[in-house]
Amino acid sequence: MTDLLKLAIIGSGPAGLSAASRAAMLGMSHILLEKTDHLSDTIFKYQKGKRVLATPERLDLRSDCRFAEGAREVILANWDEDAAQCGVNVAYQADVTGVSGQKGDFTLTTADGRQFRAEHIVLAIGTQGNPNRLRCEGYDLPHIIYQVDDPEDFKDKHITVVGSGDAGIENALGVAEEALENHVTILNRSRDFARAKAKNVSDMMDAADNGLMRVRTETQPKKVEAGWLTLDTPDGEERIPCDVIVARLGSVAPRAFVESMGIEFTGPDREAFPKLSPTFETSVGGIFVIGALAGYPLIKHCMNQGYDVAEFINGNDALTPADEKDLAAIFADLPQKKSVSAWLEYFRQRISIFHDVSPLQMREFMLDSRAAFYAKGEVVFEKGDPGSSLFAIADGFAEVEVAPNVRIPIEQGSIFGEVGLISGRKRGATIVAGVDAIFVEVTRTAALKLMAAVPGAKRAINRISLERQLLQIFKGGLTVQDLSEVVEQAEVMRFPAGKVVVAEGDTGDDIYVIRSGSMVVEKDIGGKPIFLRYLPAGSYFGEMSVLSGAPRNATVKAAVGSEVIKLTGETFRKMLDARPNVRAETEAAMAERASMNAFIESRKASYSSAVDLYSDTASFIMKEGLGEATDALLIDENLCVGCDNCEKACADSHEGLSRLDREAGKSFAHLHVPTSCRHCEHPHCMADCPPNVIHRGPDGEVFMEDGCIGCGNCMRNCPYGVIRMEATPPKKPSLFQWLLFGFGPGPGEPSPSWTKKQLGDEKPKKIAVKCDMCKGISGGPACVRACPTGAAIRVSPEEFLSIARLDGGQG
Amino acid sequence: MASLFSRRRNKAAQNSRVREQKHEGFMRYAGFRWAKISGGLTLLVMASYALIDVSPRHNGGSWYGYTLGTMGALLILWLTMLGVRKRRRSDDHWSLKAWTSAHVYLGLSLAVIGTWHSGFQLGWNVHTLAWALMMLVIVSGMYGIAVYALLPRSLSANREEMTQMQMLEALRAFDRQLHGTAQGLAPADAAPVLAALSENPFAGGMAARLSGRYPRCATAEALAQLGQRRGTSEDVEKVVGLLGQKQAALGRLRRHLRLRALLEIWLYVHVPLTFALIAALSAHVISVFFYW
Repeated sequence: MTDLLKLAIIGSGPAGLSAASRAAMLGMSHILLEKTDHLSDTIFKYQKGKRVLATPERLDLRSDCRFAEGAREVILANWDEDAAQCGVNVAYQADVTGVSGQKGDFTLTTADGRQFRAEHIVLAIGTQGNPNRLRCEGYDLPHIIYQVDDPEDFKDKHITVVGSGDAGIENALGVAEEALENHVTILNRSRDFARAKAKNVSDMMDAADNGLMRVRTETQPKKVEAGWLTLDTPDGEERIPCDVIVARLGSVAPRAFVESMGIEFTGPDREAFPKLSPTFETSVGGIFVIGALAGYPLIKHCMNQGYDVAEFINGNDALTPADEKDLAAIFADLPQKKSVSAWLEYFRQRISIFHDVSPLQMREFMLDSRAAFYAKGEVVFEKGDPGSSLFAIADGFAEVEVAPNVRIPIEQGSIFGEVGLISGRKRGATIVAGVDAIFVEVTRTAALKLMAAVPGAKRAINRISLERQLLQIFKGGLTVQDLSEVVEQAEVMRFPAGKVVVAEGDTGDDIYVIRSGSMVVEKDIGGKPIFLRYLPAGSYFGEMSVLSGAPRNATVKAAVGSEVIKLTGETFRKMLDARPNVRAETEAAMAERASMNAFIESRKASYSSAVDLYSDTASFIMKEGLGEATDALLIDENLCVGCDNCEKACADSHEGLSRLDREAGKSFAHLHVPTSCRHCEHPHCMADCPPNVIHRGPDGEVFMEDGCIGCGNCMRNCPYGVIRMEATPPKKPSLFQWLLFGFGPGPGEPSPSWTKKQLGDEKPKKIAVKCDMCKGISGGPACVRACPTGAAIRVSPEEFLSIARLDGGQG
Repeated sequence: MASLFSRRRNKAAQNSRVREQKHEGFMRYAGFRWAKISGGLTLLVMASYALIDVSPRHNGGSWYGYTLGTMGALLILWLTMLGVRKRRRSDDHWSLKAWTSAHVYLGLSLAVIGTWHSGFQLGWNVHTLAWALMMLVIVSGMYGIAVYALLPRSLSANREEMTQMQMLEALRAFDRQLHGTAQGLAPADAAPVLAALSENPFAGGMAARLSGRYPRCATAEALAQLGQRRGTSEDVEKVVGLLGQKQAALGRLRRHLRLRALLEIWLYVHVPLTFALIAALSAHVISVFFYW
């Protein structure tokens, strides 16, 4: 048995290394366990020369190891040096497979049978997990790799990619690039490619048709040898030349390993993190979790936590986190003066959705939030403003304007702004401060994290949003009390794009409210489905059957992946019976819709082709995913002369890079949807941004602030392919120098060759680049302003599919 | 986060951002605003010409002629500025569509202003040279209006959602397949295929580009030659099939290039002639003031 150490740290990434360095500096007996033969494997595996960014800038680094933006080699060399200088004890090739014991005496066992004993354990193992390996003879040969950092590292090689998920296909396409002259084969165990995105599969098939790679289905590796690979194919064994094997077989998430120690997580879903105390201690005393596994993906966070956790374990209770000053800045403008922890506690006590939040989580939410004082009568936001943040009332109360000069109070402890958060649409009502008040504004990202991590908060937000949505939809003096039964019976249902929610002719009297996403209403006229209406989030449907008892008179289906709330017809009718005013108002709204349907039907009889075109155009628009757009660029190809002035204007308004590709994209009836950001209601790009720099701006634009680390998540998450990873090109000579003397590449995005010539050997960092709707430019989006013929327009789906279009043609 | 924290944001600043979402082409811009303005201007010039009595007769040197001449010269300079406006980004509100609309209609009215300015006194001199250049610029502009109105939909219909890069890529893909399949052909059969492979889709010169006719197209030639050899071998069949596909892809690319050329060619007349016009106009103005 070995000596009992004070501290064992698993994982030598930025978090673990920083913790070990601090422990060494404090003179604590420790061991840093690393499963490979070098420190910080994740960064080690980055491609050569890759620039590593140090965001967030505002956060100070607190660590015994150096870290600043720089090339991978420099950072790794610094860390090796710093670890040696601090006197860190590292055990390499120590893949910890088991942990037993309890606080004060844990025993850690590695894969090769070594054992270590420690009083405390710090888990800093990240979230990447271990890649699944091949299960055949020769699985441990060194030419099997598990990721492709830079396809250009491979030239004129026989490469076999095993695994046909998105990662495998993307790697295969990368190395199959014609100029690299590789011989690429991709293997798939089954016949079809069910796990990959349709786009990737079709790109792969195109590449196969063009002779750039071989796609082999129902084929598996049987034996790996240097230079050769034996395959198990439907026709028997086959031996092919193979210099490199890229194995993309998924990975084992570290969660199972963590849970095997008895550590609890915040919830069952993938986004859940281990439950942690303010000192990063898990539900198992003596085991601490820091870094990406704790939910902090950025290097600086990880290093600071490593430092902090070592201090905490060493008994330093007075240490305040490095973000203390950022929190202090958030609270600085509030009228009372309190310490940071006092404010955190104040909000936690007074705001109902924060009750179940742990103090550590509270810090994190507040960093993404803002607390502000509002004087009585001050407007917080106005109806129609874009915004998706959530507000909570810490002190005083707010008033919501339900009708001109009719205001309803929202009490202290409650929330508002939840409609914008959930539906992704513009604010539904104006809110003013009822008295001098303090409101906390939580960003969309932080609010979504809160809902995922704290089930109680999620339930409260959902219920309040449904009640308010119903109050807004059904006029006529409805109160929350009237709705209690309706809300009690309500059920949230998810529908993928294209799925029918209500079919024409069906019986049924449930009524639906669209919570997020959007729906299209179609009616079968003359054997053809005719588009009647686009229903954005916040609208309702199904009311006609409730009121008349007749079967459904139109089909409603999801335009994009959507959530609807089903209210039972029975409770709804009861509510209407109790409130005749509400019934009258609802009937009036229904009559309006019915008359619009009748109008389209009558048009269909007389101007059949016009209605068909309108209907087909609407279907096309929906198929292109514009149902979730808030502001999209469309091009009328009856007017577009192909001058690309839109792209040039875009590039010249934005550091020389165009954010749109005019020519690419689908068209229907000369209406073209170019590759350009649609500023989705629920932006896919925002879903997984480690530095959290994608936000919705004051004009509804989804934009990226500084601080992108170039990870490419947003680019991969965008279903419309509108985000590019590019480096800013060097500055061009002015327009007049070009116009008069021919200096520089002229207007628009400079050609890659010009940029390369200017830069020489310098390789600037590539970051995500996307449309920001010309944020901050008072004239508005440059693409539209720069179109000489009026072909380019920016619209939301509601504007574009309004009935006026059917009536007045293309006005 | 900036948006979140800029709480008391300026409402007025936000509203001043104008969002162009009205769907109308440059000819119909703002309910034919510039058509009406320049039409009115033209009528005004014609009417005043008829009503105002200049003795001994209307000419460029009368006070009335100077008025029209100044107007025309300033208009020419302003119309030229479209080329700068089109390329210059500035943040304030402007719409190139509005500029184009005004450019088109005011440019058309220039024909009347310039001609009426001359008092119909034309001859073999620098003054008439300026007038002639102006009329040529206007006529080339009218061609531009015509192709802008007629060709975009053909351009859109022809490319069928393909980009120019994709069209070239498709050609390259057929070439690769042809190259592989043609290995099995007899040398005599392979020769025309090789010629087709080495064909540059951009070659053929201006005449071919504008007419869309490529009489010496190697792919068509190879197709014709191998077409006669059909049935001789499986490889010939395959090559003929591939050549047919390449021919179709080439046809699409050539139609695309032709339409783009037709949409652009007039600018190579319009713009240089404008500079020639400005030079002649300067000579005209200087000679009028110094040597009259």
